[in-house]
Amino acid sequence: MIWNPSKESLALDQMREYQGKMLHRMVDYVYHNVPFYRNKLQELDITPNDINSIDDITKLPFTTKQDLRDNYPFGLQAAPQSEIIRIHASSGTTGNPTIVGYTRKDIGIWSECMSRCLTAYGVNKSDIFSVAYGYGLFTGGLGVHYGVENLGAAVLPASTGGTEKHVRLIRDLGVTGIACTPSYALHMAETMEKMNVDRSQLKLRIGAFGAEPWTDAMRDEIEQRLGLKAFNLYGLSEIMGPCVSYECENQNGSHINWDHYYPEIVDPVTLEPVPYGQSGELVFTTLTKEGMPLLRYRTRDLCTMYNDPCPCGRTSPRMGRLLGRSDDMLIIRGINVFPSQVESVILTMPQCAPFYQLIVDRVNNMDTLTVQVEVRQEYFAQGFDTFEPIIALEKELSSKLRSVLSISAKVEVKQPGTLQRCEGKNKFVIDKRVLK
Amino acid sequence: MTVNQISIFIENKSGTLVKVLKLLKSEGIQLIASTIADTAEYGIFRIICSAPDRAYNVLKEAGVAVSLCEVFAIQLDDVPGRAADAIGLFANEGISIAYLYSFLLKGKGVLIFRTDNADRAREVIAKNNLKAIPEKDLSLLL
Repeated sequence: MIWNPSKESLALDQMREYQGKMLHRMVDYVYHNVPFYRNKLQELDITPNDINSIDDITKLPFTTKQDLRDNYPFGLQAAPQSEIIRIHASSGTTGNPTIVGYTRKDIGIWSECMSRCLTAYGVNKSDIFSVAYGYGLFTGGLGVHYGVENLGAAVLPASTGGTEKHVRLIRDLGVTGIACTPSYALHMAETMEKMNVDRSQLKLRIGAFGAEPWTDAMRDEIEQRLGLKAFNLYGLSEIMGPCVSYECENQNGSHINWDHYYPEIVDPVTLEPVPYGQSGELVFTTLTKEGMPLLRYRTRDLCTMYNDPCPCGRTSPRMGRLLGRSDDMLIIRGINVFPSQVESVILTMPQCAPFYQLIVDRVNNMDTLTVQVEVRQEYFAQGFDTFEPIIALEKELSSKLRSVLSISAKVEVKQPGTLQRCEGKNKFVIDKRVLK
Repeated sequence: MTVNQISIFIENKSGTLVKVLKLLKSEGIQLIASTIADTAEYGIFRIICSAPDRAYNVLKEAGVAVSLCEVFAIQLDDVPGRAADAIGLFANEGISIAYLYSFLLKGKGVLIFRTDNADRAREVIAKNNLKAIPEKDLSLLL
């Protein structure tokens, strides 16, 4: 089912025309209401009249998380305070939190987009849908909540915590749908086991999961343990909240609500647009937002976007799984390398502890990458008394790294307990290169 | 026919060896023989000691990558050429020696080694009446 075919399945040329019109209006709106953007546009010698089609978006300046912090709390707000009816705040692990104000129209669009997601998952008016994202400053809880109400299903505002009580309600009320983080879904499955509640006692059939990266392996496990079909839900509070993109029944990427949140993929270094099918940093421009509209907001999320036709009939492009974050990207011998890629390889090696350190250096004008891993005590304890298992580990890991990173890396096996434990991601990388 | 050997995976950096030795000292465990095989980055420290089970446990609890395994120990007369004779018997049978080290104990030479085929090595030892040292006799020699 499609909630709003007139937008979700609009012919591409008509959509482009609509997006071009909305982009012109949006630039005109921020030019006259947000001094930050007026200054940026004037620096680039751009006026709203220079923006006449969606292709003109590449003329516009980017917005970063730092811009949001620098303009804390209301510097990027475009609507007058009297029009703001809701304020969300994202946790700021470093620096100021991000404050996002929403007008009544913004909340309406959010609900509309969320209803599109839920309809694509198969939710209808007869469903009882539990929202187990946190309610509060975080956009997850209230964002999904309004979408469920707008669609006409019954919402159970469970929020997080009180998992045993929640499981009991899911069973006793015959709850059919749930939205939460994938890790909370697995926590629920564990709680069910402790309570001796079997999935056959539940009527759950649809799950919407997001707000943290998850894998196909996690999807299989969640589906198997909770007895439901699991769908991806993507969003970010700076742009709106959950509802930015969603999987349809084909699960071949997440359709983007691009009549409201216009997506681009750019090279994180050159900031040049990257064609469909190639990975890069995801960038969003809000086309309709009133409270805090953003031009070309750099999400730092890396992914690939696809525009081949989807059998579901929606014409919007789809984003693939998140590949990592551009903040911690390394460029080694001209190749983009993400610590998360190395981590994902190490996690497939049962001989290694889940810790690592990357050392990047430059020897004779050539970049080198060394990956240090810890051998697990249990692995060595299996009666080994020669170098063979260590050499086999090195070989297996370097060949896997080579196929994932496209560059060769030297593997160093360390004694158990010698590598630094997680104290912030930057500690995992030591870049010794001195560039002249 | 075999004795217990402790094998420890260590990196080539200062302080790692002394950590292991201090752990053994704290338990009052005495070394009978030891050897280090090394590459550029790391080594394997092999130890024959007075209480291998206890040594294994104390090292394991300390988080050391340690394994306990059985190796052959053969006693030879302290006369030149005995090692050549003994190892020659295995070579004649096509059995390879993975590693070997030796020491003198109470005037007798002792060879410690591992082969690529433990079962056939046992047959060679039995057939040729080589004097293999069982674990229990090792500490008696101290």
